[in-house]
Amino acid sequence: MIPTSYYLALSVILFAIGVAGVLLRRNAIILFMAIELMLNSANLVFVAYSRQFGALDGQILVFFVMTVAAAEVAVGLALIVTIFRSKASIDVDDISMLKG
Amino acid sequence: MFELVPFILLFPVLGLLTNLVFGRYLGERFVGIIASGAVAASFIVSVIQVFALVNNNFHVETVLVADWITIGKMYLPWQIRVDTLSVTMMVLVTGVGTLIHIYAVGYMHGDKRFARFFVYLNLFVVMMLVLVAADNYLMLFVGWEGVGICSYLLIGFWYDKGDDNLGNARAGRKAFVVNRIGDFGFLIAMFMIFGAVGSLQFDAVLYYFENHGMEVGQLATTITLLLLVGAAGKSAQIPLFVWLPDAMAGPTPVSALIHAATMVTAGIYMMVRSAPIYAIAPSSQMTVALLGAGTALMAGTIALAQWDIKRVLAYSTISQLGFMVAAVGLGAHVAAMFHLITHAFFKALLFLSAGSVIHGVEHGAHKSDDHCDPQDMRNMGGLKDKMKITFGVYVVGAIALAGIFPLSGFWSKDEILADAWHVGMVEGHWHGMTVYILLALAAVITAFYMTRQIILVFFGSSRSAAANHAAENPPTMTVPLIGLAILSIVGGGINLPWSHTLGSWLEHTHHFFHGIDFNLTVALTSTALAVASIFVGFIVYYRRPLESSTAPDPLMSVLGPSLKFFYNKWYIDELYGTTFVRLYEWKARFLAFKVDRDFWHDFVHNQIILKSFKNVSGTLSGPVDRLGINKFFDGLAYSVHNIAVKVLRPVQTGYVRNYALGVMLGVVMVLGIMLIR
Repeated sequence: MIPTSYYLALSVILFAIGVAGVLLRRNAIILFMAIELMLNSANLVFVAYSRQFGALDGQILVFFVMTVAAAEVAVGLALIVTIFRSKASIDVDDISMLKG
Repeated sequence: MFELVPFILLFPVLGLLTNLVFGRYLGERFVGIIASGAVAASFIVSVIQVFALVNNNFHVETVLVADWITIGKMYLPWQIRVDTLSVTMMVLVTGVGTLIHIYAVGYMHGDKRFARFFVYLNLFVVMMLVLVAADNYLMLFVGWEGVGICSYLLIGFWYDKGDDNLGNARAGRKAFVVNRIGDFGFLIAMFMIFGAVGSLQFDAVLYYFENHGMEVGQLATTITLLLLVGAAGKSAQIPLFVWLPDAMAGPTPVSALIHAATMVTAGIYMMVRSAPIYAIAPSSQMTVALLGAGTALMAGTIALAQWDIKRVLAYSTISQLGFMVAAVGLGAHVAAMFHLITHAFFKALLFLSAGSVIHGVEHGAHKSDDHCDPQDMRNMGGLKDKMKITFGVYVVGAIALAGIFPLSGFWSKDEILADAWHVGMVEGHWHGMTVYILLALAAVITAFYMTRQIILVFFGSSRSAAANHAAENPPTMTVPLIGLAILSIVGGGINLPWSHTLGSWLEHTHHFFHGIDFNLTVALTSTALAVASIFVGFIVYYRRPLESSTAPDPLMSVLGPSLKFFYNKWYIDELYGTTFVRLYEWKARFLAFKVDRDFWHDFVHNQIILKSFKNVSGTLSGPVDRLGINKFFDGLAYSVHNIAVKVLRPVQTGYVRNYALGVMLGVVMVLGIMLIR
């Protein structure tokens, strides 16, 4: 059986990639994908520990996370569509209206 | 029956309140009925008090109306004292007052302030009754001041008339100020009495002085002399008599009621009331006697030379008050009260008749369009046939005043002279004789100037068109005159020398009030002198009547400059004018312009206070506030702004990743802290 630490290491790698994606990429779609990546790395940790301890709590929590992620994507994509309509672009650096 | 006594005060109060509130709607007739009726009701109650006293064996009775001042051991109630002395005054004030009220209804007919006049008149009666009904010195003082203010109000009643349209108002002011000087003496006396006795109730005070006798003689002398100052102010004696002639500016009923019959007798009443204090202060008694006699003579000489019909009577009043004061000083309290009563009758009569004359001449002035001074006797003459009733009562008054047997003035004046004679010859005091001589001279002069007045007014031919058209007045005016004339004739009956009715009546108030026995020598001498004086008067004025209203007095050729001296009232007004008044005005001006304006306002206020205030506030607002506090807060605001612009603003880039980086660093930090701890 593959040790839990492997899953955790993979999860850390996935999360780091997600963070880097959010911080470094400009395309809003990519940003969303990066966020999904981070959520899924968290899911991986839940599931890994669930398997190790033989408890189902982590698995249930993963369902919740997936549900929230789906809802978030729905809202997020709607926002992106609206932004694209007004700006003809989905580059997040173009929507810097909160600049002080 | 004593419990009725508050009604004596209550009736006029109700009368004045009614007239005060409804007077202007009621019309002259009702106002007159209410005012006269109120005083008449008081008169009836006063007469009831006489019977109550008789029933009570003449024993004094006090009626508590209300508590007034209670401080520690001092207790001063509103309490009415019913004894023979106060009841005598009550009957006199309300009786004469009623007649004068009725007369005033006719006299004031058509005046635009008719109702107000009767409000004042009733108020005066109330105050005078408070004065005589008082059971302590302070309540007496309330009445004393009350009649003073009424006198002021009534002298200035026609305030828009007189010299410069201000003369009457000035006369009122003069009366008020001069009376204040007297009141000052009275107040100090009252304080000293309270200091010594610890009470102002008559019983306590008089008991104290009666029983401590000569050991408090020094104190009694001071107190009595101060009381004399008060009496001199109110009863118009030297040196404070100057206000009374000016008080003739008031309507004639006022002159009759206040300045002849009642108010001016307040000083006499007060001194008679304080008799036990005077009794142990012989030196002030002597002062009082000499002052009174001196006033009697001096005022008589002034009356001799006056042309104004009312001024003659005013000086005559001062002179007669001098008789009364002299009598008080001689210890002849009964004689003083007797003369006070008879004088009230015939002087009220004379004033009201003079008012009738003036009214008649004014009437003539309207008819003939000759607007001369209706009070100047030079413009009169020959009124005997035109005003028959007035002439008759005037002669009665004049004869009574001159002291001719058997009218009231004879009995009362003679009793004073007999007292003076007694003190001088029997007891052998030099001042008694001096007083006798002064008073006898004054009596001679009195007879002379009354003769002069009668002849100038009523005999000869009319010296002006106004006098030529004069006419008799309506019955509201003549009926009270006839009533007073009867009283003037028979008034002496209250104290005939062989019955001493008034003497034994007053004896119940103070045991040493005694009448004096009839002195034939004195009586014959004074009658002879009076008759001779009248005869001389006839020779001077009747045989050669005044030619015109500008002719000089026939006495001028005999007396010359001294008549001018008398005419100008011994230059007393001028003397006071140059000394007291000028000094006072100078002082007032000094205080107003130098002390107040130049020093206080310009220097202290403007220079010191205002300028230093300006300096201080200038410093506060300039350097301290504007440069200090304001700069500091400006700087504070500016630096906040600076920090915001230079530091906080660039942080807000608007780039999502920057915020995300911030969130991540925050999470890392939190996690780091959690790991380390």
